[in-house]
Amino acid sequence: MDFQVVVLAGGTSKKLVPLVSKEVPKALLPVANRPVLSYVLELLEHSNLKDLIVVVEGQDAALRVGGWISGAYVDRLHVEVAAVPEDVGTAGALRAIAHHLTANDILVVSGDLVCDVSPGAVAAAHRRHGAAVTAMLCSVPVSGPLESGSSSGKDKTKKPGCCNIIGLDPTKQFLLYIATGPEIERDIRVQKSILRAVGQMEIRADLMDAHLYAFKRAVLQEVLDQKDAFQSLQQDVLPYLVRSQLRSELSLNGAPHTEENGHDKVVPGINQVMLSQLLAKTSTPSFHELYAMGPNGSAPVRRTHKCCVYIASQDKYCARLNSIQAFSDINRDVIGEASHLSGYSFSAQNNIIHPSAELGSKTTVGQNCMLGEGSQLGDKCSVKRSVIGRHCRIGSNVKVVNSVVMNHVTISDGCSIQGSVICSNAQLQERVVLKDCQVGAGFVVTSGSEYKGEFLAKKER
Amino acid sequence: MEARRTSRIPIDPKVRQVGFFAPGALRDRSQSGPLGFSSSPPVSNISPTGNSLSPVMIPPPRHASDNFVLSRPLAVPVSDSTLRPPAVEDRMAVGSYDASELLLGTSASSRIGDGEFSEDYSVFFRRSSSGKFASSLPSGGFDSTAMKINPPAVVPAVKKYAAKKPAAVIEKSGGAVAEMQNELPTSSKPLKEKTTKAERRALQESQRAAKAAGKAGGNKPAAASGAATPMKEKASKAVKQVPSSVAASDKKGGERIPEKDKKKDVPPPRMQFDDKNRVEKAKRRAVVKPTEARNRVELFRHLPQYEHGTQLPKLESKFFQLDPVHPAVQKVGFQYLAGDIVGGNARCIAMLRAFQEAIKDYSMPPEKTLARDLTAKISSYVSFLNECRPLSISMGNSIRFLKNRIAKLPLTVSESEAKDALYSDIDRFINEKIVLADKVIVRHAATKIRDGDVLLTYGFSCVVEMTMLYAHELGRQFRVVVVDSHPKFEGQALLRRLVEKGLSCSYTQINAVSYIMHEVTRVFLGAASIFSNGTVYSRVGTACVAMVAHAFRVPVLICCEAYKFHERVQLDSICSNELGDPDVISKVAGRADVNYLDNWRDKENLQLLNLIYDATPSDYVSMIITDYGMVPPTSVPVIVREYREHLWI
Repeated sequence: MDFQVVVLAGGTSKKLVPLVSKEVPKALLPVANRPVLSYVLELLEHSNLKDLIVVVEGQDAALRVGGWISGAYVDRLHVEVAAVPEDVGTAGALRAIAHHLTANDILVVSGDLVCDVSPGAVAAAHRRHGAAVTAMLCSVPVSGPLESGSSSGKDKTKKPGCCNIIGLDPTKQFLLYIATGPEIERDIRVQKSILRAVGQMEIRADLMDAHLYAFKRAVLQEVLDQKDAFQSLQQDVLPYLVRSQLRSELSLNGAPHTEENGHDKVVPGINQVMLSQLLAKTSTPSFHELYAMGPNGSAPVRRTHKCCVYIASQDKYCARLNSIQAFSDINRDVIGEASHLSGYSFSAQNNIIHPSAELGSKTTVGQNCMLGEGSQLGDKCSVKRSVIGRHCRIGSNVKVVNSVVMNHVTISDGCSIQGSVICSNAQLQERVVLKDCQVGAGFVVTSGSEYKGEFLAKKER
Repeated sequence: MEARRTSRIPIDPKVRQVGFFAPGALRDRSQSGPLGFSSSPPVSNISPTGNSLSPVMIPPPRHASDNFVLSRPLAVPVSDSTLRPPAVEDRMAVGSYDASELLLGTSASSRIGDGEFSEDYSVFFRRSSSGKFASSLPSGGFDSTAMKINPPAVVPAVKKYAAKKPAAVIEKSGGAVAEMQNELPTSSKPLKEKTTKAERRALQESQRAAKAAGKAGGNKPAAASGAATPMKEKASKAVKQVPSSVAASDKKGGERIPEKDKKKDVPPPRMQFDDKNRVEKAKRRAVVKPTEARNRVELFRHLPQYEHGTQLPKLESKFFQLDPVHPAVQKVGFQYLAGDIVGGNARCIAMLRAFQEAIKDYSMPPEKTLARDLTAKISSYVSFLNECRPLSISMGNSIRFLKNRIAKLPLTVSESEAKDALYSDIDRFINEKIVLADKVIVRHAATKIRDGDVLLTYGFSCVVEMTMLYAHELGRQFRVVVVDSHPKFEGQALLRRLVEKGLSCSYTQINAVSYIMHEVTRVFLGAASIFSNGTVYSRVGTACVAMVAHAFRVPVLICCEAYKFHERVQLDSICSNELGDPDVISKVAGRADVNYLDNWRDKENLQLLNLIYDATPSDYVSMIITDYGMVPPTSVPVIVREYREHLWI
C-alpha cells in the first residue's frame, strides 16, 4: 500500500468544553448515538484502507479511544493508537509519530470529519499531479437550526470564523492562497510571482478546508523537521507550502530530478532535450512547470512543488465537528438530510426508534428523530428532529426539539428543551425550560428553572 | 495487392459521383480518356468535367522533385496518356495491371456499340486482373457477341495481357474467342471453381494459422498472467473470448463445425460493445462498473462509450479497492483520463516511463518466475490504463515490444539484471523508435520544403512542428498555414510556438480549408497510426484536409514514426475508433451564451458524436515520411512485414 493513513482524533477539545470531558474525549462524542470517530473509520474502511494510525492527544483519552476501537473494530481494521502529549497541535502530533510513517504518501484525516467524500478521490488528484500536498475542500455546511430564523441569523454571524479564504487557479485544481483562523481578519496578501505565473486567481470564501490531506511523506517530514515552530497543519504547514510553491525550499523536491537525470545519462544530452520538448508540447503543462521552465523552455531552472485541491461536489455531505454548533448541526444532519451516513435504517416515518424504546400514550416522535435503546418516554411527549440516547428516562409532557440528549439522561415531567445538548447522566427536574443550552455531564438542573443560551456544567471542571 | 490498388482508381474529385453509380460506369468515365483519344471522341466529350479539362488543366508538376511523380503513379498516368499516346504502349509493356486498365478502357469504347454489357465487361476484366482469369470468365456474364463487336480493340490487348499468363490462357485467348466461350462453361468451370474454392480455403486457413501463431506470441504472456490478478484476468479473458464466439455464431452457414473450432483459436479482434450478452458478462467482471451511456449513436454502439463524467469518480472512489497499481502508472492513467497527456508519442512515452518506474520498484515474489509474474503485472497495468482511456495504437505496439522483451529474457538471468535489461530496453525503445525516428523524419521531411513553399498542417503534430522549425533553421523561406478545428484547437499552441520562432503563419479553421488550399503547395500531416493498406489513422479532420488537398492536386505528406504502423487493415473509421466527450462539441469555448445544446442528454432523439480519429484512404496520401525513409503508402505493409523483427526486438 503506497498510502498510509493517519487519523488525528484530537483529545479533549477546549472548544467543546461542556460536551467533552475526561470520560468522553472529542473522538467519542456521540453523533446519532455513535462516536464521531466511527464515521471516519467507516469511511476509510469503505475505501479499503484498513491499516490506520489513530493519534490521540493525552494518555487517558488514547486509552479510551483505543479501548473503544478495539471493541468495535477488532476484526475489521488494523488500528494503531498512538498517544501524544496534549496541546502539541496537529503538526506536533504528526511530528511525534513521524517515525511510523514509511509510505510515499500520507493521508491525514481529522478524526472529527463526518463526510461521504471518498478519500480515494483526494488520493487520485494527488497522484495525478504528483503534488506535495492535496487538500480537500468542501462547501461550508449550513449551520444553525433550520426552523428558527432569528437564531440562524445569529449563528451565521458567528460562523465565518471557521471557514477559509481560498485562492484557486482557473482550472480549480491548484491552491494558490489559503487563509485560516485569525488570518482571515487580516488583509489578503498574495505573492506577485504566483499571480504572474498563473495569470488569474479565483478567491472564494464559500469553501472550507475539510482537514483531509494527502501529503508527500518526504515533504511533510522535511517541513516538520525544519520548522519547529509549526503547530498546526491547517494554520502553519499548509499555508507555508502554498506560499512557497513557486520557490520551493524543499530539497527533496529536487531529489527526483537528479535521480532521473542519473538514469537518463544513458541517452545523449540532445535527445534528452528533445524528449522533454516532445512531452511538454503534447501535454498541457501546469503553471508550475511553465514557471519552472524558465524563459527558454529548457531544463527546469526553478524548483516548485504543487499544492492541489480536490473540491468535493455540492451534493456530498461534509462537516467537521469542531464546535458546539457543529455538533448539533451534524447530529441534525446525520439523522436528517445526510441520513445515509448514519448507517441506520429509517422507519416509514423517517425516524429511528429502537425496538426496546418505550413510548407512553399520545407521545409523538416526529421525522428525523432517533430514539436509543431502552429509552422510555412518558405520555403526551413530543420529540422533533432530536436524538435521544440510550436508557434515557423522559417523563410526561416533555417537548424535545432540535436537541441532542445523550445516554442515561433523566428528564422529568413538563420540561421543554429546544436547541440544546444534554450530556450523559444529566438530570433535568420538573418544568425546566432550556433553549440553546448545553448541559454538562452529570449536571442537575433544578426544577422550574429557565435558561437561554447558557453552559450548564459542574463547577469543579 | 498492387493490382487491387491500381484498380481502385481514386475518384477524381472533379467528377464527384452523387447517388448510385455502377462501378463500371464510373470506371469508364474516368478511364475513357486515355484510349478514347482515337476511337471515341464523343465519350470523352460526354464525360462531365475531369477528362475534358485534363488536357488543358494538367497541373505542371509543381514540384520538380521526382519523388512525387513516382509516388503518385495514379494521378499522373491518366493525364500523361491523354497527352502522349505512345506512352500507352510503354505502359502496356511494363506491368500487367496497367494492361488490364487499358482493357477497361477498351470496354469503354465498346460501349458505343452496345452500352449494356460494358459494365459486365469491366467486371470481368477487373477480376481478371486479380489473377483468376479463366475461372471468372463465365461467371462474369461474358458474352461472345461483345467480343465480336470489337475484336480489334480487345484481342491485341488480351494477347498482351495473356503473355504474362500461363500457357493455357494464351491458347484460349489466341483469337478463338468463340471457342473460349464454348469450352469454358462446360469443362473448366466446375473443376476450376472447386479447386479455387478449396485453394482459397486452404489459403485462408493457412493465413489464419499463421496469424494465430503470430498473435499467440503476444497473447501468451497475457494468458499466463492468471495468478496475480484473478479478477482482472477474468475480465480480460471475458473480453477476449467474447468476440470469438460472436464471430462463430455469426457464421450461421450451418455445416461448419470444424470451422467453429478453429475460430476459437483465432485471437478475436475487439470487444464489440453493442453485443448485449457479452457486455453484460464483461461488466460483471469489470474492475470498475461502467455506467450506461445514454444517447448513444447507433452506428458507433460497438465502440467503448465515452464515460468520463462517471468514470473518473468511479475510479476515484475505488482508488484503494483496485488491485495495487504502481503509483507512476496510476499517475499516468489519471493524466490520460483528465486529458493532461494527449498525442500518440506523448502517451506512449509517459506510459513507458511509468513502466520503467514500476519495473525498477518491482520485486519478484518467491516461487514465481520473473517473466510470468512481471508480464502479469504489466498486463494489469495495461488494463488499468485502458480503463482510463482506450489505448492508442502506438501504446499497443510498445506494450507488445515490452512483453516481447520480457518473454525473451533468459531464465538464468538474475532479477536485478533482468530489471536493468528491461529498463535499458525501454530507454532504447524510446530513444530509437521515437526520438531518433523523429529526428530522421525531420531530416527527410525538411528536404521537401523549398523556398517559397506554403505548407499546410492540420491540428498539432509534434514531428510536423519539428520539421517546420528545422527547415526554418536551415534558412528556407516558407509560409505555414495552420488549420485547426473545434473542440480541441490544438493548432493554436502550435501556431503560437511557430510564430514565436519567427515563421510567418496563417491560421484558419477546417471549414475554410478549401478556400486556403489554393495557395498551398504542400500538406504535412501527422498520424496516430498507419495501417497496412496504407490507410492513415489520425486526428479527426485529417481525411478531410487530405481529400481537399488531393482535389487541388497538392501533395499530402504524412509524417509518422514506423513504430506506429499496424498490420491491421482498416477501410473506414467506423469499425474501430474512439469516442470522445460528447459534451465538448455542444459548447463553444468562450461563448457561454451559445447554450442551445445544454440539456441535450434529455432529448431522446438527439445524439452527439465526437469521434477522435478518422481514416484517410491511401489514395489521398502522396507520401509517407517515416524513419525508414520516404515511401508511398503501398510500402507500409513491406515495412510492417520486413522490419517487424527490427521493430519489436
